[in-house]
Amino acid sequence: MNAAEHSQLRWNTRHLIPNRNVRIALKIAMITYLYFGIVSVDVNWIRVYQGAGRAMQFVVAFLSPDFVSQYELIIDGILESLAMTVVATLAGVAVGLPIAFGAARNISPKPIYFVCRAFVVVSRTFTEIIIAIVFVVIVGFGPFAGVLTLTIAGAGFIAKLLGEDIESINPEQLEAIRATGASWWATLVYAVWPQVKPRFLGLSLYRMDINFRNSSVLGIVGAGGIGGTLDIAFARYEYSVGAAILLLIVALVLTAEYISGKIRQRVQ
Amino acid sequence: MAVITDSTGEKLWQLRTRTESLKKWLVWFSVLVVAAVAWRYVSANTQWIFVVDSPRQAADLFGRMVPPRISYIGRLWGPLWDTINIATLGTLVALVIAVPLAFLAARNTTPHPLFRTVALFIIAFSRSVNSLIWALMLVMIIGPGLLAGIIAIGIRAIGFISKLLYEAIEEVNREALEAITATGARRSQVIFFGVVPQILPALAGIAVFRWDVNIRESTVVGLVGAGGIGLYLNHAINRMAWPDAAAILIVIFLMVLSSEWVSSKARHAII
Repeated sequence: MNAAEHSQLRWNTRHLIPNRNVRIALKIAMITYLYFGIVSVDVNWIRVYQGAGRAMQFVVAFLSPDFVSQYELIIDGILESLAMTVVATLAGVAVGLPIAFGAARNISPKPIYFVCRAFVVVSRTFTEIIIAIVFVVIVGFGPFAGVLTLTIAGAGFIAKLLGEDIESINPEQLEAIRATGASWWATLVYAVWPQVKPRFLGLSLYRMDINFRNSSVLGIVGAGGIGGTLDIAFARYEYSVGAAILLLIVALVLTAEYISGKIRQRVQ
Repeated sequence: MAVITDSTGEKLWQLRTRTESLKKWLVWFSVLVVAAVAWRYVSANTQWIFVVDSPRQAADLFGRMVPPRISYIGRLWGPLWDTINIATLGTLVALVIAVPLAFLAARNTTPHPLFRTVALFIIAFSRSVNSLIWALMLVMIIGPGLLAGIIAIGIRAIGFISKLLYEAIEEVNREALEAITATGARRSQVIFFGVVPQILPALAGIAVFRWDVNIRESTVVGLVGAGGIGLYLNHAINRMAWPDAAAILIVIFLMVLSSEWVSSKARHAII
């Protein structure tokens, strides 16, 4: 190798996208999008500037959260969130389980499969907030609307993930049980269920976690829980009460995550 | 089933020992008790008169929503573009902060355990608060509009991206790092030439995945005034213009489905 050749050799790390032309095209597309995207964001800078003072109030509020003055409202909101979580998790799991069996291609007849998949797609496409708005219109303000929302969303969650697990179970056990002449119900109980049971328990606990997290916002649209209390606190400019509620939510979410993680480790 | 006996009724085999069955029974019993208490609480705070009336309300709502006002969709292109911008720019804002944060939080790249603790705290805090709550606060601070939505989506995504990314960083192949260290590379060079190429596919996958979630979440930040299609949904519901609301729901449905399709295609291309 002569010196001229050597100086041309330069080592580079591996590129994420190997094709150079695709890389350049993507870069151009990104820059074009960024230009038009950022230009279309209409920002009222004067309002942003005026908000700086309020941002300071928020910082102060978070440094001195007020747990005491609205103590009863906060406790009530948190208990309501917890109650909604428990009821909605159990109901969602109960509704989601049969749909999961229906949404598994390997054990479910075609028409049922499509109906169950449709439920999964619709329930997962809309965020909980949108489902909650509809339920608030139908059953009125309060935790029951929240429970219905989380039940539907939880059922979609269990049906999708457990359905995928059922599709990837060991087919030999299924075949073996079928070969004994077992009915559809018996194959379900002896071939499918034992294989997905630990996963089912894990998913249910995980869903409980998610339900608690979401129960803290449903209140903003009137579907019960601590979110309503939070919304009211901010609307009354009681930032330090709002900060206290937020810190409590964070603490509870993290605790719930820790506990559900520990239990999941044990059952799986 | 759980006990097998011979013809005289003598026990031959039992699935669980007595303590095991007792434990199982206790777990189920406590679940039932907790559920009953929780249900009482929900029930006590519910106006059952409205719930009894709900089938009629649901039918009424459905009747008002159908047929959706399809012509209204023509006016939704602007808010749709805004919603996509909230999600995309929010993801970018999050990436700018989340990537360095992940390096601070990963055990093998953090400069000091103290940085790691602070980074983990920021990640946990960002993840635990829903983007709608962030939006609620930001609208109060910087006023209603897209910017509040972008920042809210961004803040919520920081924790998500950082968490998955720092877990990926902690799982990089150590031998490659050792090889680069052995050439006499500085710490920054080890990270740039050893860690970064290994986590880049994971980062791209995480970013695309979060973008998809962000599209979904940015459809509702408008409910608290943070721009996008949620703002129009809120107006339609407040005006009780149900055919308009139905049209918006259809648009949201299609947008979320297509973003899910794009994100799964992109992730398959990367992995």
